[in-house]
Amino acid sequence: MAQEYEVIIGMEVHAQLLTRSKMFCSCSADYVDAPPNTHVCPVCMALPGALPVINKAAVEATIRTGLALNCRIASFSVFARKNYFYPDLPKGYQISQYELPLTTDGWVEIEDDAGHPKRVRIRRAHLEEDTGKLVHMDGYSLVDLNRAGVPLLEIVTEADLRSADEAYRYLRKLRTILRYLGVSTADMEKGAMRCEANLSVRPKGQKTLGTKVEIKNLNSFKAVRDAIAYEVQRQVRILEEGGTIEQVTLGWDASRGRTFVQRTKEEAHDYRYFPEPDLLPLEVSQEWVEALRETLPELPDAKMDRFVREYGLSRKEAWIVVEEQDVAQWYEAAVRAYGAPRQVYNWLTGEIFRYLNEANVPIDEIRVTPEGLAELLRLVDDGTINRNTAKSVLQEMLATGKDARTIVEEQGLAQVSDEAALASIVEEILAAHPDEVRRYRAGKKGLFGWFVGQVMRATRGKANPDLVRKLLQERLNE
Amino acid sequence: MALTREEVEHVAWLARLELSEEEIVRFQEQLSAILEYARMLEHIDISQVPPTASVLPMRNVMREDEVRPSLPRDVVLANAPEKESGYFRVPPVLEDTE
Ligand SMILES: [Zn+2]
Repeated sequence: MAQEYEVIIGMEVHAQLLTRSKMFCSCSADYVDAPPNTHVCPVCMALPGALPVINKAAVEATIRTGLALNCRIASFSVFARKNYFYPDLPKGYQISQYELPLTTDGWVEIEDDAGHPKRVRIRRAHLEEDTGKLVHMDGYSLVDLNRAGVPLLEIVTEADLRSADEAYRYLRKLRTILRYLGVSTADMEKGAMRCEANLSVRPKGQKTLGTKVEIKNLNSFKAVRDAIAYEVQRQVRILEEGGTIEQVTLGWDASRGRTFVQRTKEEAHDYRYFPEPDLLPLEVSQEWVEALRETLPELPDAKMDRFVREYGLSRKEAWIVVEEQDVAQWYEAAVRAYGAPRQVYNWLTGEIFRYLNEANVPIDEIRVTPEGLAELLRLVDDGTINRNTAKSVLQEMLATGKDARTIVEEQGLAQVSDEAALASIVEEILAAHPDEVRRYRAGKKGLFGWFVGQVMRATRGKANPDLVRKLLQERLNE
Repeated sequence: MALTREEVEHVAWLARLELSEEEIVRFQEQLSAILEYARMLEHIDISQVPPTASVLPMRNVMREDEVRPSLPRDVVLANAPEKESGYFRVPPVLEDTE
C-alpha cells in the first residue's frame, strides 16, 4: 500500500490597518494613489533625532482584532527593533513586537477537509510598521517611502493547518473577520493583506517533523492554494524517491505555477531584536479592553449561527450570505421587508449573485434594493406576474434601476389570469394540433407539458401557469 | 572571553562594514576587551529584578490618529545623492531578501 503523508502548515499574515495616519508619525497612511515620497516626514524617513509616537487607533484596532480572534490581550506590551538592512527600510530596523506582543493565544474556527469544525490556533497578533516600496528599473532601483510606517498587523498561527484547502479557508475566514471589524480592507490583490506559509511534510505516523520550508510572496488566495498544493506534491515526490528536503525560503511563480528557491539556510537572518528605546511600554487595562469589546460588531461565526437559527438555513448556506458583511445586511433587510427567508435566500443567491458575478460589482452598488426585491416577490404572490416573468423583471430592475411595478406596467407583463381569454387560446392550440390531442388521449400523457408550453408561448409567457394547467386538464380529459 | 575572527566578520557583515585585515585583528582585540568589561554585570544578582523595557515612569504615550502635513518633496529628496521622478534612486536591488 502506498505511503500516506501528513502536511503541516503554519501561516503568517500581514494586514495593513485602516488608520488615517501612519503608525509612528502623522503622515497620511493612504499611500495607494499618492505621488512618490509625498507622505513622508523626518520620522518615517528616519532623519537623525526624529522620535516615533504610537498611533492609538492602531493599538485599538489590534486589541479589537485580538478579541475577535479569541486572543489573550497582554496587560503589558513592548515594541522591539528588528534589525536588518534593505533599501525600503530607512531606519535600518523595523519597529515591531517580539517578546511582549499585544495579543496571544487565540483561535479561528474553520471547516476541515471532512467538513467538520476545526480550531486553528493563533500564536500571536502584534503591531509593526510597513516598509517603503521599490520599483525595479533597468540597472537601478527607485524607492518610495509613502508606505514606510503604515501600521501592519502580523497574525501568526500555530502549525495547525493540514492541507492547501484548509490554508485557503483559514485565510478567507481571517479576511472576513478583519473586514467585519473594519480594521483592514484585507485586499490581497492590492497588497493590503500578504501571506507566508511554513510547510513541512512527513510520512503519516512519523513522530518527528519533516524539514520546514517557507513560501513567501503569496499575493492572492489562489496563489496560496496553488503554491501549497504544488509544494506538497514536490516534497512527497522527493521523499518517495528517497531524497531529502532542503530547508529553504521559496518564492511562488504564479505564471509558471511553481515554487523557486529564494534563500538557503546559510543566509538565514540575524535580526538582533531588542526593546525599542524610543517608545514607552503599553499598559492595557481591563477597562480599556472591555470598552473595546463593546465596539465589536456581530462577528461572522455568531451571525452564521443566528442565520441558521432564525432563517432555517444550513451552515453552508448561511456562510454564503455571511462571508461578506454587505451581503448579509442586504439579505436581512430583504427578509425584514418580505419575510420568507428561504425564498429571499434563493433569489439572492440565484439571480442576484449571478448578476454580481457577471457585472463584477459588489452588492452595495446594484440598483435593486432589498425593498425592491420584496415588492417584486409580492407581485408574484398576488398573481400579477408569474415566477418566470419575475426573473426577467428582476434582470430589468438590475439593468435599469426601475422598480418592479413600473416595468410590469410599461412592458405589459401582467399575467393573464382571465379564464375566458385563456380558454379561447387553449381551444386554438388544441384545434391546431389534432394529432397531438389524439395521441394524448390514446395514452401519451407526457404530451401534457408540451401543451402547457404551447399556451405559454402563445401568451409570451404571461399566462397564469396554474390556470393553463387546469383548463388543459378539463379539455383534454373530457 | 575572546571573540573569534568569524564573529567579528559576522558582526561587520550585519552592519554592512567592510573591514581590512588589520582592522579585523584590531577589532577582535578591542571588542573582546569591551565584552570583558561589560561582563562585570554578570556578577550582579538580578534574580529578583523583572526585565526592564524602559526606566522612565511613563506608559501609554500615544497620539490620536490625525493626519498632519508631510514634508514638501523637494525637502524630502534634498539630501538624496541620486533621485529620479520623485523617487530616491539606489543601486539595483536584485533579490527580495526580506
Ligand atoms: Zn511620517
